[in-house]
Parts: sequence; structure tokens; C-alpha cells
Amino acid sequence: MPKKIHDTPMLDELENGPWPSFISGFKRLRDEHPDERINETVGSLLGQLEHSYETRKGYWKGGTVSVFGYGGGIIPRFSEVGDAFPESKEFHTLRVQPPAGNYYTTDMLNQLADSWEKWGSGLVTFHGQTGNIMFIGTTTDNTQHFFDEINEYGWDLGGAGPCVRTAMCCVGAARCEQSCANEHGIQRHLVNEFVDDVHRPALPYKFKFKVSGCPNDCQNSIERSDFAVIGTWRDEMKIDQSEVKAFIKAKGRQYVLDNVTSRCPTNCINLNDDDTLTVDNHECVRCMHCLNVMPKALSPGDDKGVSILIGGKRTLKIGDLMGTMIVPFKKLETEEDYESLVEMASDVIDFFAENALEHERTGEMIERIGLVNFLEGIGIEVDPNMVSQPRQCSYVNMSGWDEEAEKWFQRKAEQAAG
Amino acid sequence: MALEDMRPPIESGCPDGFQYIHPVMRKNYGQWKFHEHPRPGVLRHVAHSGDEIWTVKAGTQRILDVFSLRKLTAIGDKYADGYVRFTIRSNIEYMVSDESKVQPIIDALTEAGFIVGGTANSVAMISHTQGWLHCDIPGTDASGVVKSMMDELIDEFTSCNMPNRVHITTSCCQINCGGQGDIAINVQHTKPPRIAHDLVGNVCERPTVVARCPVAAIRPAMVNGKPSLEVDEKKCICCGACFPPCPPMQINDPENSKLAIWVGGNHSNARSKPTFQRLVAAGVPNNPPRWPEATAIVKQILKAYKEGAKDWERINDWIERIGWPRFFEVTGLPFTKYHIDNWRGARNSLNASTHIRF
Repeated sequence: MPKKIHDTPMLDELENGPWPSFISGFKRLRDEHPDERINETVGSLLGQLEHSYETRKGYWKGGTVSVFGYGGGIIPRFSEVGDAFPESKEFHTLRVQPPAGNYYTTDMLNQLADSWEKWGSGLVTFHGQTGNIMFIGTTTDNTQHFFDEINEYGWDLGGAGPCVRTAMCCVGAARCEQSCANEHGIQRHLVNEFVDDVHRPALPYKFKFKVSGCPNDCQNSIERSDFAVIGTWRDEMKIDQSEVKAFIKAKGRQYVLDNVTSRCPTNCINLNDDDTLTVDNHECVRCMHCLNVMPKALSPGDDKGVSILIGGKRTLKIGDLMGTMIVPFKKLETEEDYESLVEMASDVIDFFAENALEHERTGEMIERIGLVNFLEGIGIEVDPNMVSQPRQCSYVNMSGWDEEAEKWFQRKAEQAAG
Repeated sequence: MALEDMRPPIESGCPDGFQYIHPVMRKNYGQWKFHEHPRPGVLRHVAHSGDEIWTVKAGTQRILDVFSLRKLTAIGDKYADGYVRFTIRSNIEYMVSDESKVQPIIDALTEAGFIVGGTANSVAMISHTQGWLHCDIPGTDASGVVKSMMDELIDEFTSCNMPNRVHITTSCCQINCGGQGDIAINVQHTKPPRIAHDLVGNVCERPTVVARCPVAAIRPAMVNGKPSLEVDEKKCICCGACFPPCPPMQINDPENSKLAIWVGGNHSNARSKPTFQRLVAAGVPNNPPRWPEATAIVKQILKAYKEGAKDWERINDWIERIGWPRFFEVTGLPFTKYHIDNWRGARNSLNASTHIRF
């Protein structure tokens, strides 16, 4: 128990109700943890949080804290009301990169908990919105000690500030039948190529990689990353007609008509009189809906690869942006395939570093300079899959038309020649 | 600390997840055939090899104390072969290769106060940010809003009675770290920043602050003989973008920082292309410790969605089918001039047709 217990009538209200209460957890640390330092720290934190609830204001300010050799990875927090709540006046968060796919053994979690009890507040989140393990609350001195300890057994800091950030991927091939990619491998190939850019913030602003194994995009990569890699396939989806029949037997024909065929955005799936399904794969946009409804009967094809979309981000400062399709399909099988993916990421980051304004995200830079300038900068040819419609307004100088049309026919001829 | 005592970091980056994956999942990596959803909170995945993985998902308080973390790991040790993972919405998942191990995990989680659910057509755990607990610019708390709301929505977390899954998000400022959601509850400031002119010159890099403003409403000024900034309040959109680089531009206001509610954000490419969330309600009081007004509106929207949507329609799909006028009618929410967009690209959001539902 700490020497001083702050009254927390408002926070106490959050101990009521059936959902697990974070406040009850804080109080356990305050009252029951064997380490007096943790009792005092969390007791003080509860006092400051209650003060925030009473006054409806936050009382943390940033600063500069890092570990030896790095420039980022810590979210420094100094209290503006540290005189009233001195034991939590330094309350920094360490952002630690999770394993790809967010898997842990219980032994490893216990080991991390042991280290964190030794050096920190005992509060931790799996995971923050960027994807880091958030070890919430320690002093400037202990930041270094905690990092040194966990760094020795395999854990490294993530990004904070204008740098390449910690990446994330979905559960993927480890457990999901819709997976069209080695999400874990893609994530680690990408982000671990840029460890220097993760640890030493020197970009115009943040740069995020996220990986989803299929267009369901469970990792929210399209809107939540600058560089989204999403699995897809380009041959025919697989249909197990006996499972189709079993599904119809269980759910009825009308269910398939109402929930599968009529929901197809390109009307490319049909239910036949003999209770089989036919798909016009040439028209299919890989929206996943029919596979989601009938996962036993319908599966992705075998010719798998990824699409890459660039420029997703949230509101600050020009409004939320979805990523734009830049690479419609890329095989990722050989070492060379992965090398060319990393090379493309490197080209994008270099172009971003050289051309974005301070505090401008990749998507905002593209919005400002136009997609074509970005594509020319990273050496990628235009593709009609990049637009939802072609240009609408005639006010543009098209004097280079003949050369551009010739390039298109040349590329087509090269593709046809293989 | 003296330089010679300092330890150079091992720049190991993102750890390999394979060492922490259940052996059955390692063996069947990329070889899964299909999955089923036997009951809320439980998934059954079957591999081409015939192997199975049963997953039990549970909601937690997200900001975990080490006691709660150890409760979760003890359950994993005892009942789940010692393997866990965390989902994007901070749920914990236990994975076992045998159906007989499922019920004991559910029982142990329930006994320990964790909530099994959050799969398929449920209201998933609300994703949230740091708020007053740790952020330097928050207009509200995050954990408290989410705890209060999940207390009220828990029956929808533990069942799967929605037309499709519902992802709710919260954000404590208008940067919107919570991201897009089927329903999003975000801080909305309604007054321009109050400027602590005495501090600006020392604390802020003024050109950076001027450049940060999305509507060019900030300019350098001398105030009381000191270099400071001034805001053209007619232009100011009260977004708070100037506050992070310059804390003396105090945007948070105990009374006038409100909550706004947005719907229809959807990252998935399923059926329709991904969509952004749209404003539906604002002026909602930022009312700790339990934010009852915000929860009431969320429940109103969920009720209308549950009654009106067809199977598999996410909230954006449902509204696309019934139209926005009908959405405001069935939810009883007011439609105001603030719903008509005037940001860049706003023209694309106007109805340039005679398509009207009567």
C-alpha cells in the first residue's frame, strides 16, 4: 500500500459493471503488489487520472527520452501536475515491436512481466494502435534498464516520431484459409530492412507498413498504412461443388440467392438449376464476399500474390485517405521476389524522404504532387487499375499523347511476348 | 551514466513469430482448408491435413496490470498448451488442437472475469487510444469510455446477433488515432484554441505551427511585446492540429470539447470498396466517468441497424441500400447543416441525381 491513497470517486464508478475494469487492475497494483515503488507509482497515477476526470483535461507533456544508440521508440511523459502527484511525474511508455502475427508463449509473456515489474509500473497493453507492445509508465532512468534487459532476450524498440514505424500483419497463413501470402515473412522482410529508419527518426513524418493476407484486410492496412501489402490471387477461385450442395441443403436455395449471388458486386457468380455454382473469374474483383459466406465451398485460387496500395492515413491534416492501388499483382515466392518488394519499399521511402514536406504523409504528398509524378519518381508505369475512373476534366495539356500511347502498346507487346 | 557503461543496442527489429506459434499451426502454415464458428467466442479451423485448431477469444480491459496478465498466462499454461495471441482489437486468443480443451478454457476465463466472445457477427471489442491516462493532447479518456460502453454492449459481444460484425472505435482528439469504424466516437472541439501568449515564443517553433494549420488561420503576431501567434477565429475549424506542436495553443476545453459520432467506416474490400465513416451526431457531452449520452446514441444506431439490415450487410452496406434520409429517420438523429460536407472533394458527396426514396 502506498503512503498516500488519493480519493478516486469518479474512477471508482468504472469498477462497476460486467466488463473487466482497468481501474480495479490499477488498484491491485497500488494495494497488493509486493514492490512499494509500484504501489506508490500507480497510486499517484490514479490520483492524476482522477484529477483529469474531475477537470476534463489531460496533464501529460512530451519531452526527449530515448535509450543509448537510438533516437526514438519511447513516448516520454512528464506530468504537468507532478507536484501533486510526484511518484508518477515521469511516466514514459516504451514501444516494443511484437512478433509478426502477435503470437506469444505464456513463458515469454511471464518473462516480460517479470522484467516490467522490476523496472516499470506493471501496466502494459497488447497492443497500441500502431501495433507495439506498450509498456506504460516508467522513469527516465529505468527506461534504459528495462530496454537493456529485454533487448538481451530478443525484443527491440518500435518507432515513434517521424520514422518507419512498427509494422503489423493479420493472423494470416498461420490459421486462416483465405490467406494468399506469407504475411509474417512479408512484414519481417519489410520492416527489418529499415531498422535504422525505425530507431533514428529522420523522415518527413511517419511511414507505416501493414500486411493483410486477403482483401478482407483484417489488418486495416488500406487506411492505416502508407504501404499496404494485401494478398490476392489471379487464377480461378476453387469451388467444391459437393460443399455447395451441402450448404444449400443446410441453408436453402433462397439463402444462396439472397446472400451470395445477388450480393456479388460484379454479378459474376451464378447458381445453377442443379445446385452448383458457376463463377466468371474474369469478372471477379476478389471482393471475398462469397468466400466469406461459404468458406467450405469456395476458396482462393493457387496463383497467389499480393497487391500493394500506397498512401493510406488518418485525418491530420488533409483528411483521411485510403491507399491507392499501385501494384495490382506481384508474385512473392522466390528470394528475388522478396528482394524486389523491399527494393520498391526502399524507393518509396527514399522518394518520400526527398519530396514530402515536413509533417506530410506519403498519401498527402501524392495528393499534392499528383499520382503520375509519384509513379515517375519510383519508376512504376501507369496502369488502369490505379484509377476508379479516368480523367473527367479536359483542362490539361496532352501534347505527349502519341509517345505515351506508344509506350502502352510497347508494354503490352512485351507482356504478350512474355 | 558514463558513456563506457552504456550498452549498445541489439537492433533485432521485429521478432520471428514462428517460435511462439502453436506447433499444430506451425505444421499447417498456409495449409488451412476452412473454418467454422461453433459458438460465440470460439472458432474451429481445419487444415488440409485434417488437423484442427480451436480458438477461444476473450475480451480484456486492454490496459493490463501484471496481475491480470498473469491470470491470462496461467490459464494458457494450464488449459491451452502455453500459446496465445492478441488480436488487432486487443482481445486475447487461446489456440488448442482438441475440442475437449475448449470448455475448460471458457470456464477458466469466465471464472477469472474475462469475457468470451467477439467473434463473427458480434459487436467487437472497441478499439481505443490512450486518452487522459497517457496521451499529451487528449480531449477525453479512452479506457473509461470503452469500459462504460462495453458494460452496456456486453450482450452483443457475447452473442452474434448483428447482421454482420460491428467494429466500434474511439479517438480522444480529431487526429483520429482510433481510425475508421462502423461506429466511431471521437472528440470534436467546438471553440478555437485559447492561446497562452506568454509561452508561445519559448515553447513553439512558430513557422511549424503556422504550417500545421489545415485552413491557414494562424499567423505570427507580437502580443504584449512578445512573439506569439494569432488565430483568425472566423477561419478556424477548431481541429486542434496546432496543439501538438505548440501546447500553448490550448484546444481542450472541459465544456466545449464534445464528442461526435460517425458511422459506416469499413476497411474491408468485402462486397463494396472500403469506405470512410460519415458524421451522424455531434454536440454529445464529454461526460466522465461513464459517458451515458454517447452510449445511448450508439445503442440507438445499433438497434436500427440490427432491425433494418439484411444478413451480411455492414453498417455502410445497410445505409448505402436504405439511403441516408432513411438512416436519419430510423435512428431519430437530427440532420443539420453540419452534415453537408465542405471539405476538399465535398462535391462528390452531394446528390447529383433525382434518386429520392419516398
